[in-house]
Order: sequence, then C-alpha cells, then structure tokens
Amino acid sequence: MEFRSPEFKTRAVHALHDANLQKALSNTKAGFVVKRAKAAEEMPEFEALRDTAAEIKNHVLANLDHYLEKYEAAVTAAGGHVHYATDAEDARRIILGICKKANAKRITKGKSMVSEEMSLNEALIGEGYEVVETDLGEYIIQLADEPPSHIIAPAIHKTKDQVADLFAAAHNKPRKTDRAELVAEAREVLREKYFTAEVGITGGNFLVAETGSSVIVTNEGNGDLTQTLAKVHIVTSGIERVIPSLDDLSVFLRILARSATGQETESYTTFSTGPRREGDIDGPEEYHVVLLDNGRSKMLGTRFQDMLRCIRCGACMNHCPVYGSIGGHAYGWVYPGPMGSVLTPLIKGMDGTYDLPNACTLNGRCKSVCPVRIPLPDLLREIRHNQFRQDMTPKRQKQALKLWRYVAERPKLYHFAERIGVRILASMANGKGKLRSLPFDPGWTGARDLPAPTGRTFLELWQAKRGDK
Amino acid sequence: MSDTPIKPRPRVGLFATCVMNAFRPSIGFASAKLLEDAGCHVSVPAAQTCCGQPGLNSGDEDSARALAKQVIEAFEEFDYVVGPSGSCMATIRHDYPNLFADMADWRKRAEALAAKSYELLSFLTDVMGVTEVDAEYKGTITYHDSCSGLRSMGVKGQPRQLLGSVKGLTIKEMEDTDVCCGFGGTFCVKYPEISEKMADDKLANAAATGADTLLGGDLGCLLHLAGRLRRKGSPVKVYHTAEVLAGLADGPSLGEENR
Repeated sequence: MEFRSPEFKTRAVHALHDANLQKALSNTKAGFVVKRAKAAEEMPEFEALRDTAAEIKNHVLANLDHYLEKYEAAVTAAGGHVHYATDAEDARRIILGICKKANAKRITKGKSMVSEEMSLNEALIGEGYEVVETDLGEYIIQLADEPPSHIIAPAIHKTKDQVADLFAAAHNKPRKTDRAELVAEAREVLREKYFTAEVGITGGNFLVAETGSSVIVTNEGNGDLTQTLAKVHIVTSGIERVIPSLDDLSVFLRILARSATGQETESYTTFSTGPRREGDIDGPEEYHVVLLDNGRSKMLGTRFQDMLRCIRCGACMNHCPVYGSIGGHAYGWVYPGPMGSVLTPLIKGMDGTYDLPNACTLNGRCKSVCPVRIPLPDLLREIRHNQFRQDMTPKRQKQALKLWRYVAERPKLYHFAERIGVRILASMANGKGKLRSLPFDPGWTGARDLPAPTGRTFLELWQAKRGDK
Repeated sequence: MSDTPIKPRPRVGLFATCVMNAFRPSIGFASAKLLEDAGCHVSVPAAQTCCGQPGLNSGDEDSARALAKQVIEAFEEFDYVVGPSGSCMATIRHDYPNLFADMADWRKRAEALAAKSYELLSFLTDVMGVTEVDAEYKGTITYHDSCSGLRSMGVKGQPRQLLGSVKGLTIKEMEDTDVCCGFGGTFCVKYPEISEKMADDKLANAAATGADTLLGGDLGCLLHLAGRLRRKGSPVKVYHTAEVLAGLADGPSLGEENR
C-alpha cells in the first residue's frame, strides 16, 4: 500500500472539507461507540476479561519463539506449511511463488490488513492475476481503487450513494439505492468468483499453537467461502497473533466482537486446520500460513512490546475524536487512528511519520476502551520523545521549548514576564474581553478568539491580598 | 488515595496552573475559598511556575524533569497539593514518578508528592467530604468532562454533585460529554483545523442542550471553547466550575466584554 503519511497535514485538512466523508463519518462513528458501551455493560466480567486477555498476550510475547515453534509444528502435523516473512517483499515473494505453483489465474481474498502491509494486491495484479476482494467493504474500495480507511470497516468513508454509483458502473446493472439490494447484487457477482478461484487468501485473527488452527471472525461468511472453495488456502498474519490454546481463544472471542462492533459474537467464527483431510467433503488441497514480521520482532523487549498485544478490533479509532474528524485515509498507510499512529512509525520508520503521534490530544479515550489495555497515549508520547531525541522536532518548537524552560526554571523571571505579558494582552483587548488576532500567533486565532487576561496575574493579586511568600 | 485520617486543618499548597495564573485569577481565588470553606489552610508558594507538561508532551523529558523537581521542592512540605485542573494534577500524580525511573531519591519524593496531589473538586468531595456549597447561579449549565480529569483523576460525579447544590442552577447533560474538545495543549495550535472541528462538535452538543452556560474543570479546554464561541458570536457563557461553586461567577465570563 502506498505510503502517504508524510502528507498527513494536507490530507487531514482535505478530509475536513470532504462533505461525503464527513457525512459517512458522522453516520457511523456513534453507532460503534454506543454498541460497544452497551455490550460491555451487559457483560459483568468484561473488565476482568480485558485483564486476562492482556495477561495472555504478555505471556505469549515473553515466550514468542516457543509458541511460534509449537504452532508451526502443529500446522505441519496437520499437513500445512508455515512460511516466515521478514518483511513485505519477502512475503510477496513467498505468496507469488505459491500462486505460480498452483497455476492460479483468479485469486479471492478475505479481509486482511497484513496483506495490505505486504502491498499484496499490487504485486499479484502486477503479475497478471485477477484479484477479487470478497469482504463487502474491501470489494467496494477495490472498485473505487482506494485503500481501506478503517481496519474492520474498510469502506466506512463511503456513503450509500457512492456505493450505488460504483456498483452501477462496475456491474452494468440498473443503479440501486436500497441497502439490501446493493448487498444482494455484490453477493451475486462475488458468488461465481469463489467457485472459480484457484487460490483463496484470508487473514488470521488468531493462530492457536495447541492445534495449529488459524481462526477468522467475520460477519459476511466471505472468508469461509474464500478459504474452503479454492484449491489453495493462504493465511496471512502477523507473528504476534499466535495464542497458546483454545481456552485462551475463548477469552479473545468474548472481547473481540464486543470491542469491535458491539456484537456479542460475529456471525462466523471459522477454524482452519491444515488442508482437506481424507474423507472431508470440502476444503483446500493445500494450506499455507505466511507469518509476517515486518518490524514486529524489533518491538519485543522494548517499551513498544505492549503494542503487539493488539487484536485489531478498531475500538481505538472508533473512539478517537481525531479519527472521527478526519477519517482513516489522512493517516496515509495501512493502520489509521491511535493504533496506527503507534505502529506506522515503528514499522515504516520515523521518517515521514512525524505527524502521526503528534496529531493526538492525549485524551485517553482509546486507552479506556482497548480490550487488551494497550497504553496508547503513553506509547504515542514515547514516540514523541524519540522524535525529540533524534532531533526531529521542528526547530521553532525546539526553540520555544528551550525559552519556556529557561524562564519556567526561574520563578522570579517567570512571574515578572507573566505580569508584563498579561498587561500587554489586557491593554490590547481594551475592555473587549477577547483578542481576534495576535502578534506572533502560533496558530490560535485562525478559528478562535483568545479570551483576554484581566490584567493582573493570580499570584500578584494573591500576594497583595494575602502576603504569602 | 490515603487511608490516614484527615488532619483537622490540613495544609494545602494551591497549585496555581500557569494558564490560570495568567488568564483567570478568579479561578485561583475560587479554589482558595472552596478549600478554606472546607476547613483547609491554603498557601500559594511563589516558587511555582508550570508543572512541565508542555515539555513532557512535546518529547522534551529533560525540561519536564527539571520543572518537576521545582514543583516537588515547592510543594512537598504541604499535606496536600491541590489544583483547579485535572490535566496539571494528572501530570503530577501519574507522570512525575515515571520521570525519575532511574533516580531512586527523586522517585521517592515524586511518589510522595503524587500520593497527595488532587484535582480541586475531587479533593473537596473525596478527601474533605464536602457534599454541598453555599452559592447561587441563575442559569442552565452543561458540563464538559475534561479528559485528564475524567480518565486520569476520576473526576466525574464530584462536580455534578457539588453543582447540584448551587441554588438556581439547572444541569443539562450534553451528548458525548466525555469526548475531547480538541484543545490538547499544543495540539490546538499544531493542528488548528482538526482542533476547530472537534470544538465545533463539542459546542454543537452543548448547544443542543439549550444551556446558557458551559462549565468545565480545565482552563485550557475552556479558553479554547470560549474562544471558538466568541469567534462565532455565540452568547453562551463559559466559566470554570470552581468559579460557579465559589459564587465568583458574577464577573464577565471567559472572553466576555467588561460589563
């Protein structure tokens, strides 16, 4: 996927002026929030499950080599193949190799953000394969030739009318505007693709070490058709998605849907364990798992290891007022919102990602809903520290910080400066109570007035009245 | 935080946040009045400037550490440190100890200070047991939950409880009262367009309640929201909750012309 995070600022402003996007965002953001709150409230043990889930993930991350080996052995025993990909290029090479060997022409795909990390569609299409996204949201944005803007609702930025236009153009059928009719039309078009694809690629929400199973949770059943009807099933997932046992899985299944969409459970929870066995009536002939590292192992043992607990539920972005204002595309890469603002600088590097951890008010709403209790604001602040240490903070800001510190470390000077400052601002306001513009305005008065100080500082008034030292 | 019984007249060091000190002295006087009415002895150390949050949130940990030391030295003699801001007090309570991870002596002092640091209204209710105030305000208010106060300092019911005892005052809750207003410290000047959108979302929710007054517990948010209201020519008044609770909301509201 194209890397456009360096353009964050301009893309964010563009998003704020995109009427369709704003309409789509306002239609959907409240839904997720209200539904999640209700689902969490209706489950008395929800908060305790979040703790348990975080503990399980911490245990796995502390023993990741062990669980990956165990998982690989179980997959192999079931007749499947595990491939380790160090980076996106490595992953593309592996998957292109599998597709070539399978003599594939058409490839169906369930939703996989890891495959976006790999820029897999571009690579497959470049080699002449027909790639069909089968998740409805992914299918819509594939028609629109756009990247996903949300990790569980990739077409959340599209309005129903825009989808109607896309379908009418792509399907050569009369334009429909009824939701159910639109869904039925996509279903009809996609149905034939499942039966004729040679390779089906899905993500993997969880990889169970005990059984060697990959698990996907979906609402449309498209993942099931993708992985059972093709000759070859390829699972793309991150190395951190392994969990020890089915018992552990039950913990995650109980918090994932509730956190993501506010459902008690998704419509389909599907386990894949190796290829079709003798006597099975369906299933793929070959089963491959491509596990992507892409910078994840470098996060182990650092402050950022917490980020590897992420189960990609999207709750953080659903609750993020910045995401809710600008949508996902402004972030410029695979993962938007709070989790993306941590992951993108860590995976893609510090260059070009400066704005992501900074475009956050540290309001903590993401942290308060994260099902695996990732301290997202703390991690974002930690990246800011790294930027500062690596001298990436803009010069003007650094100078301002230096001056601020110099003055703030000297209380007498500080209070003298503040006394002068408030007198100047108060006289500029001239009894109006506010200032419409400021000399050396750092960015305050573009959209707001500055309520004016009253002319004396609290400390000087207090000292005059009460004489504290 | 502490199980030790409250002293008859605890000595409170009032943390006069840098923004309050410059922009809104009446919040400081309101805080002192509320604390004294609750039976505290209030001092305002002159050696205080800023909690260090601008440095901390901009990646400049060294500066934050230097100012944290200054705050610790200025306030550690008191029984409690109390400030009319969830944000500054959360920095002292939660961030100071982490700033001194590798300095055992300072860490101990930071932890001791953190343990006795409170946001004003939660201190009054949770520690001093205040359940009502003697004040009057004729108007309908809506209360914005500032993020640090709400999520880091557990401030939610306390301001509402105390406001409920103000004569003549009606509370109307807005939708999404717990959603960030878009201030976010330097965020509001680094990303002014996003900040403006978030302010407008917040103010639309506030307007939908029909309230004539918007209250909150963090002056940063209030300056941002009042500034946006004034720019749009709205008549809605903005005060810090402490001003209303102390009966000091009789002067011009934030950004309002001198009457």
